[in-house]
Amino acid sequence: MARRKQAKGSEDGRGESGGSEAEPEDRDEPSDGQRQEPGGAAGGHIAPDHFEDAGSPVGPESQISPSADRLRELYETMVLIRLFEEETERQYKKARIGGYCHLSSGQEAVAVGGLEPLGQDDILVSAYRCHHLALARGISPESVMAELFGRADGCAGGRGGSMHLADPTRGYLGGWGIVAGHVPLATGAAFTFAQTDQPHAVLCELGEGAVNEGAWHEALNLAGLLQLPVVYLVENNIYGMGTSVHMASAEPEVWKRVGAFAMHAERIDGQDLEAVMEASDRLLRRAREERLPALLECITYRYRGHSVADAGTAYRTEEEIEEWKGNDPISRFGQILRDRGIVESDEELDEVRERMDARVQEAVEFAENADPPELDSLARHVYGDEHAGEQFARMTPGSPFGERELVLEKELGDG
Amino acid sequence: MDESGTDTETVNGAEDQAHATDEVERGEEREGQESDEQHEYETEEISYREALRRALHEELARDERVFLIGEEIGIFEGSYKVTAGLLDDFGTKRIREAPISEEGFVGLATGAAMTGLRPVVEIMTINFILMAMDQVVNHTAKLQYMFSGQVGCPMVIRTPNGAGSQLTAQHSQNLEGWFAHVPGLKVVTPATPADAKGLLKAAIRDDDPVLVVESLPSYNLKGEVSQDPDYLTPMGQAKVTREGDDITLIAHSMAAQRSLQVAAQLEEDEISAEVIDLRSLRPLDMETVARSLAKTNRALCVDEGWATYGVSAELCARVQDACFDDLDAPIGRVGMAEVPMPYAKNLENATLPHAKKIRAAALAVLGEETDPEEWRAG
Repeated sequence: MARRKQAKGSEDGRGESGGSEAEPEDRDEPSDGQRQEPGGAAGGHIAPDHFEDAGSPVGPESQISPSADRLRELYETMVLIRLFEEETERQYKKARIGGYCHLSSGQEAVAVGGLEPLGQDDILVSAYRCHHLALARGISPESVMAELFGRADGCAGGRGGSMHLADPTRGYLGGWGIVAGHVPLATGAAFTFAQTDQPHAVLCELGEGAVNEGAWHEALNLAGLLQLPVVYLVENNIYGMGTSVHMASAEPEVWKRVGAFAMHAERIDGQDLEAVMEASDRLLRRAREERLPALLECITYRYRGHSVADAGTAYRTEEEIEEWKGNDPISRFGQILRDRGIVESDEELDEVRERMDARVQEAVEFAENADPPELDSLARHVYGDEHAGEQFARMTPGSPFGERELVLEKELGDG
Repeated sequence: MDESGTDTETVNGAEDQAHATDEVERGEEREGQESDEQHEYETEEISYREALRRALHEELARDERVFLIGEEIGIFEGSYKVTAGLLDDFGTKRIREAPISEEGFVGLATGAAMTGLRPVVEIMTINFILMAMDQVVNHTAKLQYMFSGQVGCPMVIRTPNGAGSQLTAQHSQNLEGWFAHVPGLKVVTPATPADAKGLLKAAIRDDDPVLVVESLPSYNLKGEVSQDPDYLTPMGQAKVTREGDDITLIAHSMAAQRSLQVAAQLEEDEISAEVIDLRSLRPLDMETVARSLAKTNRALCVDEGWATYGVSAELCARVQDACFDDLDAPIGRVGMAEVPMPYAKNLENATLPHAKKIRAAALAVLGEETDPEEWRAG
């Protein structure tokens, strides 16, 4: 919108980018003359096999070998996430959920596979598309849905919402809303592990759009320099809002870009749950045991728009979306369970779906009936020091209208 | 997160805070005096820079979760030598050299604070903190609230402001008001060596993110400082540094020192000026300000930085609201001339809120006109 306004001055019909004088003229007209079309990569359509696996696997061998029961549970979690997101969209459209709402449908294998190797004491930090990560980390659907509804029993106490889910008791230090801004924080958590000789690792999830932010470069430089136990898990879903990775990055091969930080990187098929689980386990073990950072790029796809407000079709074709749905991570893993006889019939898979659907409905019911945060708690947690109230006690004279009643005479601190 | 053996330390921290509270109470009892005297400990005349260095040394020795991170703070001993000798005493693990990467290492420190450490970040000058603005404002300040207190952030960012050495436009700013604007941050601005030590130590022991804005032009200023290793200046308490009856000069950081000089000059004009050193911008001690204005009925806000949308703007708004019936004249304010700092010495002098300009501004509040030619050049 801002650009459109800027362009108003030049009424020569050059379109929306007319106002961005700083950008070279050929910015949206690649030098090879191929104009960017809806469909993504220069030249259009990005098929599920567009990006091949890359980077030689390193590190101690993965020791993850889930039991049949556990594999069934992982399948269930993926189904839970899919159904949760579909219900979330319905609830959003009923205006029971506010704010931005970024759905993760299509990206379940990255979350469930990537987080499976995380230990009790490892830490997860993520970007704002985080419903799938919260659920995969074991936060209850009730707690997540209550947060989306803005309830006191939500996992962030109703102060975070969709983008700021968290549960420190499970080592999940939050979804964060500024692209790449959380990457230095995750690196700092890994610093603590290094500084205090704790044998744990950090998994830092981010989107491929984050790698053009300065914060990403600075954080990865520090991780490489200080040899910190952190794995950067890139969910490359091809599009940052409506801009494809090819339009955003001079080097669209994200995994290659860690070359500047003397860091190992791999690219894998993010729709293959077991591949994600294996690589994540291996790189997390390497981080814990050898104190070495790495980047794991998972190629995935988001079925829905960037947020619920985006139809998701202006910058890519229906054909492309359908082709990716044909490579669906849940269907693929379901087929693997059938092939291995871990699941004996399609009915059994249907039964999982029904059970998870009931689970989601329970979560909605819980959220509907949960209380919103107390009005009197408005100022609580702005500060954490137990003496914050005393420190601010002399600030009342002349304070803006209502500040005394809402904040200064209420609990400012963590108590 | 909670494996770093911090429980006992937290208890100690609470005791320290209790100690600080005692001092608050005692300070109130002896209002107007140099109230920070300790019974068992002597004071010593040291520089503002040395006071900071000792605060860091004492807190590093007291709490092993504390570490320093910043550019050139180790072998180089700090761009302004505040960290001199600390690398020798505490080693590379506690004194962490950072690349020129403010956004990166402020974010790293924030992540470390979220997971049990107590980082003290040095930003070489406040001008460079702009590189880390997203971290400070969007992350450090908000995280406790966003997650309803489930994650803490006990960290300090110390950085000097100030102008006056021909460092020109990009290195001569006073931006503390930008940070005092943000709920979730605390901002303190020591003007004296005693408060440099007391506020920095209090900030390091505090469980919230605190920006300690040091005064670069004051690094060589000398003053009496307690040798007490638990000497703390409580946050949110201004100090009346000179009593008077005719006008109150409200200032922070170096402007508080300069206001004292001006008050001494005004005495020659038979004007009795009271001076308040705010010491802390967020929390802000408006009670002390209001009490002073009930006596003097006139106020001048003195700020090293630009006045427009600045600290003095906030003070004016609060004073007119809290002290409307006490005021005998519009509140005055004086700051840096609203230009980017020029290089040429004569222009720089004219830009600074120098003593002549502050004096003229005080006289204006008292209804006395002055000839700008007398003060314009500085």
